[in-house]
Amino acid sequence: MKSVRKRKTAPTSVTSPDFLQEDRLQKIQIERLRKIVSRAYGHTELYRRRMDAKGVKAEDLKSLEDIGHLPFTVKNDLRDTYPFGLFASPMSEIVRLHASSGTTGKPIVVAYTQQDLDVWTDSMTRTFAACGLHSGDIIQNAYGYGLFTGGLGAHYGAEKLGATVIPVSGGNTDRQLMILQDFGTTAFCSTPSYFTFMLERASEMGIDIRKLPLRAGIFGAEPWTEEMRAHIEKSSGIKAYDIYGLSEITGPGVGSECECQDGLHVFEDYFYPEIIDPKTGKVLPEGEEGELVLTTLCKQAMPMIRYRTRDITMIIPEKCECGRTIRRIRRINRRSDDMLIIRGVNIFPSQIESAILAVEGTLPHYQIVLSREKGLDHIEVQVEVTEKVFSDKVGALEELQSRLVQALENVTSIRIGVRLVAHQTIKRSEGKAKRVIDNRDQKQGNLQ
Amino acid sequence: MKIKQLSLFIENRTGALSAPCSLLAKAGINIVTLSLADTQNFGILRLIVKDWRKAEKLLSSHDFTVKTTDVVAIEIDDRPGGLANILGVLEKSALNVEYMYAFPSGKDGKAVLVFRFEKPDEALKVLSAEGVNVLGEAHLFKD
Repeated sequence: MKSVRKRKTAPTSVTSPDFLQEDRLQKIQIERLRKIVSRAYGHTELYRRRMDAKGVKAEDLKSLEDIGHLPFTVKNDLRDTYPFGLFASPMSEIVRLHASSGTTGKPIVVAYTQQDLDVWTDSMTRTFAACGLHSGDIIQNAYGYGLFTGGLGAHYGAEKLGATVIPVSGGNTDRQLMILQDFGTTAFCSTPSYFTFMLERASEMGIDIRKLPLRAGIFGAEPWTEEMRAHIEKSSGIKAYDIYGLSEITGPGVGSECECQDGLHVFEDYFYPEIIDPKTGKVLPEGEEGELVLTTLCKQAMPMIRYRTRDITMIIPEKCECGRTIRRIRRINRRSDDMLIIRGVNIFPSQIESAILAVEGTLPHYQIVLSREKGLDHIEVQVEVTEKVFSDKVGALEELQSRLVQALENVTSIRIGVRLVAHQTIKRSEGKAKRVIDNRDQKQGNLQ
Repeated sequence: MKIKQLSLFIENRTGALSAPCSLLAKAGINIVTLSLADTQNFGILRLIVKDWRKAEKLLSSHDFTVKTTDVVAIEIDDRPGGLANILGVLEKSALNVEYMYAFPSGKDGKAVLVFRFEKPDEALKVLSAEGVNVLGEAHLFKD
């Protein structure tokens, strides 16, 4: 069945909160902020302790600027309260859990009540609508289904939109391409690097994506560049949209580009954005670059108050031509910490270190080498062979190698190649060891 | 009568093998025999040298990862069936061999087998009982 369905026009209703008048929006935001802060204070020990220490109460929030008096929340707070310490709802009201990688061995866990799922679905529906999709579209969802928020988040949003969802999940490129051709897919959801990899494969197989009904790509879960967008759009004939989200806040659906493709609108009636100086924590005015801080205005199961995303961006002061009044952030392509994003998976060098330490007992010199082949990111961990682990038997070294691979997979959930290298071959640096060698050329995207 | 074998970690790349060998050459250390185990990414160079202590020290000080291992050297007749004979003895006694290599002895008509046993002491007992000619350092490194 090729795509013979008629496309409806008028993709986005002007009654959507995306188009609320500024003062209306702010009124909703301050009301919701007071409510969520009071919920966080009442139900979560960590927030209560921190707010008491700062002597700040929900009632003190007279205007949105007062949010600056609230303490920040950071990723390690989720680790320290693992697994359920930040939940503000009893388990009987929590209907879903997801998890994403933490900074060391254990993942971080996020929770949703039914209302939280409804909010998430709504924000993803608005994401798709902003990208010009609507009922009648056939959305092939190649975000991973499972603990990762990408798959299910996009799935429910697409269904609510009234589109047809193909829940392929990630991987199996040949099957993705078969479905893309045979099912009349009009929009594709994945990481941008996976899509460029798929384009390579399509061209090897003699498939011309430009001749297919596919017209939009909804790409997120990793930073990418304008150059990559230009390459994708040119070689596939689609419009490539950048979307933004993180599990701690909800998953995908925190922000999205619109058809203007000029910055990402933050669904700020749900997720309140601030930009701070990452060093001082001071709130910066619109138009200045800094770290994005988000507060979930509606999240019941796990409110996030002033969560430091570590993503570097700015709030764009100008109004968007699309007419949406919700503000935009500039596309994110760097972070204020050392988190790596490989094929949509968040990896901290500290996780890799803890895995190696667990296998070898002591920490040998190691480095993480990132490269890009055919648009797809590769990660290899090189570990020096020490006298302690060295053996005259090949089998023993191969076993060490596979134990390292297994330990890395356990903490990161992806398969990472391990190369054993000779003593003293990894460059020593004075002071802090340079653990990450990034050979990916972000500018070019190495797309040839 | 075990023999010391040096093992070195070698990366699978150009020049990786020549570095330790030229280091030994410059120090005047002769390699009696060697074997190289290779995998896709790395190799293990196993060396038998007379002055293994000196060689070990030298290699370690040049950042090589070195390990000494006990191996057993056996002299056999260099003729068809010489190896098969010994292997028959090992099989009968259920002695596990991790790996082995061989080289012609300096003596006419003789060859030397180097065995890395899982349990070298147990192997030595069995081999002596079977009347196998196990070589000590004195014999192996006879000039």
